[in-house]
Amino acid sequence: MLGPVIHARGLARTFRKKKQEVHAVVGVDLDVEAGEIVGFLGPNGAGKTTTLRMLTTLLEPTAGTATVAGCDLITDPVGVRRRIGYVSQSGSTAPEARAGEEVVDHARLYGMTTAEATERGKRLFSELDLDGLWERQPKTLSGGQRRRLDIAVGLVHVPELVFLDEPTTGLDPQARANLWTHIQALREERGTTVFLTTHYLDEADALCDRILVIDHGLIVASGTPDELKSQVGGDVLTVTVQRQDQVGEVARLVGGLHGAEAPQVVDDRVVGRVRHGGAALVELVRGLDRADIAISGIESRRPSLDDVFLGLTGRSLRDAEPPASAAPEEVAV
Amino acid sequence: MGTLLRDTGTVFRRAMRMSLRNPAWLVIMMMQPILYIVLFGPLLEPLSGQLGAGNAYQIFVPGILVQLGIFGSLFVGFGLIAEYRAGVIESQRVTPASRTALLLGRVLRDVVVLVVQGTLLVLVSIPLGLRAPLLGVLLTLAVVALLGAAFASISYALALTLKSEDAFAPLLNAFVLPVLLLSGILLPMTLAPRWLQTISDINPLKHVVSGAREFFLGGYGTPAAWWGAALTLALAVLGWWFGVRRFRRESS
Repeated sequence: MLGPVIHARGLARTFRKKKQEVHAVVGVDLDVEAGEIVGFLGPNGAGKTTTLRMLTTLLEPTAGTATVAGCDLITDPVGVRRRIGYVSQSGSTAPEARAGEEVVDHARLYGMTTAEATERGKRLFSELDLDGLWERQPKTLSGGQRRRLDIAVGLVHVPELVFLDEPTTGLDPQARANLWTHIQALREERGTTVFLTTHYLDEADALCDRILVIDHGLIVASGTPDELKSQVGGDVLTVTVQRQDQVGEVARLVGGLHGAEAPQVVDDRVVGRVRHGGAALVELVRGLDRADIAISGIESRRPSLDDVFLGLTGRSLRDAEPPASAAPEEVAV
Repeated sequence: MGTLLRDTGTVFRRAMRMSLRNPAWLVIMMMQPILYIVLFGPLLEPLSGQLGAGNAYQIFVPGILVQLGIFGSLFVGFGLIAEYRAGVIESQRVTPASRTALLLGRVLRDVVVLVVQGTLLVLVSIPLGLRAPLLGVLLTLAVVALLGAAFASISYALALTLKSEDAFAPLLNAFVLPVLLLSGILLPMTLAPRWLQTISDINPLKHVVSGAREFFLGGYGTPAAWWGAALTLALAVLGWWFGVRRFRRESS
């Protein structure tokens, strides 16, 4: 495959709600290379779902251009649909149907024969640990099984690019970890490009090669999890003093470190942000030694993606969820 | 065209399979027409002198058939809302399948069910006293199938627009009761006072019912019969246009 699998420029969507224009997505530029696992992060209302719906042809952009899996999103949506898989958050199977039949019927809509679809479906069932569930009704499956069934439905036509919309939301920790291995296997075993949205920073951290952060309808950051952490947060330095009356002097020392921001004092601890934790640590220990200050602990830690997210958007991922009813009406302008 | 037919077949088979697997639905579907005929039909027998030509069942059965076609089909949207909530509609919309097929396959299922119900209704009425020409019955079933397709399409389009049972149910109720009462389905409007007849004349469904009754009496050439058929065709085109337009729209 030549060039990026997803290439979008200025992709935008405006809704009209009660005569007011709502710019759900202001203008998204993004590139995803073949074989990447890309995480798309952002609080609800940031434009995450709208962008995903545009890229999967479910929603027409009001401006911008995009090529998805080699086809133009605007002029050839059917070509895009043929080449992508989409696993939506709301599921894909009727609760009363039979799991296997739902997979086969879905594949038939891509032009596969029933025999091809059955063979491929059964293989996917065994790869996704769904053995023996072919005849079961989706309503009788566990949450994790149902999510894997949705993934089987989304993959049955062998797409080169798959969109996963919050794949592990609502799953217990074991089922989540299990699903992560399946998602990684998609890339390792068949080279599928994966574009996923998530609310969980640990998920993005563990799973994704690259992270895109969207806020207020714009991409505000892009990079590997490590790049993002070092780009935004620096390192977090924590010093615990032995004598409470020396805490002020320690704070002054921490604040004087190379590239440090004003530290905070919490009880007997001083917490500061520095650009490079390792170098700062050495510098600080020397300084403390010179001033003859005894400490009971010192540590430097890499910021978590949560620190990054807070720094970028001013919001924590989970705090920033408006009620679902606040989503704008989907009326084209 | 080939893919349209194929996709329609896939959607139809899936819908039909799910309907047939639901025993409660099967029983209700079979019982409804029988209940109407057995529990309501006898009330009309003493009135048959006042109802005009033919026996009571020649008046009553076509009315119930039309009612099935319209009001039975209007409720199919509830099933679509459930499918929407389960994510089925969206997952079908990201496939390259023809948008028209996603609607047509479902409507076809509803029409097949309707024709089976209608045939059952006619058969049950025969031992109770229905006498009608076969051609008239077949023409009426064709009219009912068209009506059913029209109202099923409208129902699906509305359901896809509203996406909530709480909004869909009151809308249907607001529509169904006045239209039913003004259509002469249960009793012919000839029994009504002048002013009520005038209002019901505006209701196209009244003419559809009159047309079906003409068919049952063997009056194939009468203006009433062909007015009814023509209005049915017009409704079918309109309903189909509305449904397809809704299903083709990107944002739904």
